[in-house]
Amino acid sequence: MKMHFQLYRYNPDVDAKPYMQDYHVELEPSDKKLLDALVRLKAVDDTLSFRRSCREGVCGSDAMNINGKNGLACITDLTELKQPVQIRPLPGLPVIRDLIVDMTQFFKQYHSIKPYVINNDPAPERERLQSPEDREELDGLYECILCACCSTSCPSFWWNPDKFVGPAGLLAAYRFIADTRDTAINERLDNLEDPYRLFRCHTIMNCVDVCPKHLNPTKAIGKIKDLMLKRVV
Amino acid sequence: MSVPVRKFDAVIVGAGGAGLRAALQLSEAGLKTAVLSKVFPTRSHTVAAQGGISASLGNVQEDKWEWHMYDTVKGSDWLGDQDAIEFMCRQAPEVVVELEHFGMPFDRLENGKIYQRPFGGHMAEFGKTPVQRACAAADRTGHAMLHTLYQRNVRANTQFFVEWMALDLIRDADGDVIGVTALEMETGETYVLHAKAVLFATGGAGRIYSASTNAFINTGDGLGMTVRAGIPLEDMEFWQFHPTGVAGAGVLITEGVRGEGGILLNANGERFMERYAPNAKDLASRDVVSRAMALEILEGRGCGKEKDHVLLKLDHLGPEIINHRLPGIREIAIKFAGVDPIKDPIPVVPTTHYMMGGIPANYKGEVVAPQGDNPEVRVNGFYAAGECACASVHGANRLGTNSLLDLVVFGKSAGNSMIEFIRNERKDWKPLPENAADFSLARLARLENQTDGEEVADVRNAMQKCVQLRAGVFRNDENLAKGVAEIKEIAERAKRTQIKDKSKVWNTARTEALELENLIEVAVATLISAEARKESRGAHAQDDHPERHDDEWMKHTLYDGQNRTLSYKPVHTQPLSVEYIAPQKRVY
Repeated sequence: MKMHFQLYRYNPDVDAKPYMQDYHVELEPSDKKLLDALVRLKAVDDTLSFRRSCREGVCGSDAMNINGKNGLACITDLTELKQPVQIRPLPGLPVIRDLIVDMTQFFKQYHSIKPYVINNDPAPERERLQSPEDREELDGLYECILCACCSTSCPSFWWNPDKFVGPAGLLAAYRFIADTRDTAINERLDNLEDPYRLFRCHTIMNCVDVCPKHLNPTKAIGKIKDLMLKRVV
Repeated sequence: MSVPVRKFDAVIVGAGGAGLRAALQLSEAGLKTAVLSKVFPTRSHTVAAQGGISASLGNVQEDKWEWHMYDTVKGSDWLGDQDAIEFMCRQAPEVVVELEHFGMPFDRLENGKIYQRPFGGHMAEFGKTPVQRACAAADRTGHAMLHTLYQRNVRANTQFFVEWMALDLIRDADGDVIGVTALEMETGETYVLHAKAVLFATGGAGRIYSASTNAFINTGDGLGMTVRAGIPLEDMEFWQFHPTGVAGAGVLITEGVRGEGGILLNANGERFMERYAPNAKDLASRDVVSRAMALEILEGRGCGKEKDHVLLKLDHLGPEIINHRLPGIREIAIKFAGVDPIKDPIPVVPTTHYMMGGIPANYKGEVVAPQGDNPEVRVNGFYAAGECACASVHGANRLGTNSLLDLVVFGKSAGNSMIEFIRNERKDWKPLPENAADFSLARLARLENQTDGEEVADVRNAMQKCVQLRAGVFRNDENLAKGVAEIKEIAERAKRTQIKDKSKVWNTARTEALELENLIEVAVATLISAEARKESRGAHAQDDHPERHDDEWMKHTLYDGQNRTLSYKPVHTQPLSVEYIAPQKRVY
C-alpha cells in the first residue's frame, strides 16, 4: 500500500524557514500505526527527526499534530487517516527541528504545581493506609504520560504558556489535592489562586478531546475551582 | 581537540527506575549530581512495566522474604548469586513501603494496605503454592513508580541533563572511572562530564532482536560503553522471552493477566500449561511457559490461519476485574491486537523481553572485573544498577516483578555506595587526562567522514534478523555456530556505517548510528556467550544439550569484548545470613 504524507520540515542548520515536504511511501502489511510509517520514512530520508520510544502509548514521546489534531503517532491507526496525511509539530511550542518541539515551558508549568506528595508527618513504619475508595479518586489523574497533547491544543495555553499552568499541570495539581496522603491542600490552592494560573481555563475542552489516555483535565480543573469556591464561603 | 568540561560529584547515566532511585540518594545527601538521559525521565522504559513489584509484605497471605529468596534462586536456575538475592528479597518490603511514602499510587485492599496479586514463580513455603506478592498499581505499576520517582527527584532538586546521550566511559591510567563523554542532542555538542563516581543505569538492549517488547531506546548503550572501556560483560547468553507479547506487534501483555486468573489455550482449546507445570500451571516461571508455548506452536497446535500463536483468555474474569485491575491491557489489546479481551482472547507469542546478563556488579552496585586470580576486583568509581547490571539476582531466568524491585533496591544501594566512596575514598577529583575525549571524538569523526559506507537501518535489520533466528527460545549447536559467524560479519559492516544527515541540531540519524554501535556489541556478546554454553539452564534452552550440568556449568560467563574471548567465574553460593540453597531439579 502506498500512502501520501506531508510533513513539516525545519532544520535550523540549513533551512531559512519551515516548509511542508511531500512523501509517497510504500508500506508493508505489518505497518499498522503512523509511527511505523514514520520509521519507514526515516529509513529512506535519515534527515527526518522526531521523538519516539515505547511505541505503545505509555511513554508520551511521539505526540504530534496529525491531520490537524494532536495525538500519539504510535497508537494512531494508518487506516483512520485521510490522505495526504499532514503531520506537524505540536502547536504553540517553539520548534527545534522538524517534529521536535522545545517542551521547557510545558515542564516548567508541571513543576510549578509541586508534583509530589507533601506530608511532613513522620512516616510510619509500614505503608500509609488508604481505602480503595480514596485510592479510586486518583484514577483518571495519575495515568497522565506528560505527552503535552492537551496543553498544546489549548488556546489559553497558546496565549499564556508562561502564566497559565495548562491542562496537564492542573490535572497533576488535582492528582495531589485528591490524594488523602497529601497534607498541603491549602498551600496547593494558594499556589493556583491567580487570574492566570488556574482561571485562564475557559472550558473549551480541547484537552479532553485529544488526550490519548482518555483523561479529563477539564473535570479536574472544575474540581479545583469548586474547592477554591468552598474555601471562600 | 578540546571539549568543554563540567564537573560533578556523581554522574548517573540513565533516568529509569534505577537511575532515579540512585539520584534521590545522592541529591538528598547534598552531592552535586548530574543525571543524563536520552529521553525525558518519565519516558524511560521503566514506564512500560505493568504487573507489579514484588515484596513479602504479606498483605493478603502470610509471606516471608526467605520464601521470596527461595523462589528467586529457583527461578534463576541456580545461576543467581545468593548473597545478592538475599539482599534484594530482604530489602524488598522496606523499599516498597518507601515508594508508597513517596506517593506511589498503589491499588489498595479493603483494609487500606497495598494490593498484592499472584505472579509467575512466586510461591509460599519454599515453592508449595502461589502467593500474592506482586504489589500493583492496576497494570501500570512501572508508570506509577517511574513518575513517583521522577516527582520525588523534582522535590530533591536533582539536576537533569535531558536528551543527552553518553558516548564513552573515561578511565585514567590506573583504570579508575573518572567520567563520561556525552552528546547534547539539541546542539550536537560533545562534553566531558568529570566525576568522582559514575553510575550506569542505562537499561536493556532488547532491540538486538527483531521482535521485542522493548522500546526503541533500549539499545544497550551502557554495555557498549563498558565493552569499549575494556570491562567484560556477564551472562549475556541469558535473554528472557516473555510468554505474552501481542502476536505480530510485540507489545507486552502483563503476566498479571494470568495472576488475576487468565489462562493460555492452544488450537484445541486446551489449557496446555496443566501438562507442563501441573502445580503452578499458567503461573510457572517465564522460561517454562515460553518453552511450552513454543512447543505447542512447533507441534502444530498453534492458533490462527498460520497456527503461529496461542490465545490468552481472560473474558471469564468479567468486565469488572478487567476494567479495574487490567485497564491498560484492555486498551493495548484493542489497539494492537484488535480484540476486546472482555469478549475475546488475545493472540500472544513468546517475545524477547529482558536481559538477565549485563555489567558485572555486586550487591553494593559496584562494578567488578577480573584482575589476576581474583575474578571480582572493584573498578574504582564505577557503579551499575538495574537491567544493564548483572548483580546477579536473576541468573538464568528472572521472575516477573523482580525487575522493578531490582531497580529500586540496587539503585538505592549503588547510590549509598557512591556516597560512601565520594566521602571517604574519592574526596577530590582525579586529574582528567588531556586526551579524555579523543576516543569519542574519533568515533564521531569516523561516522562524519565515512564514504561509500553501510546504511544504519540495513545493518540494524541484518543484526536483528540474525539474533532473532540464531538465539531464540530454542537453541542448538549448529544454529549458534552459524550465528557467531554471521554476527561477526555484521559487526564488521557496523564499523562502516554512513549517515547522510551531517547537521548538528537534533540529528537522530547520528544517535541511531551510535546506538547501533552499542547494540552490535551486545549482539556479538550474546551469540558468543550462548554458543559456548553446552547445557540448558533457565532461558538458555539448548536442544543438543538438554540437561543442566551443575558440575561443569554452574558458573557465570564473562565476555571480553576487546578480544571476543570468554572466561568464567563462580556463582556466589553463600548468602549473607541464611543457609545455602543447594541446586535441585526445577519443577513447577
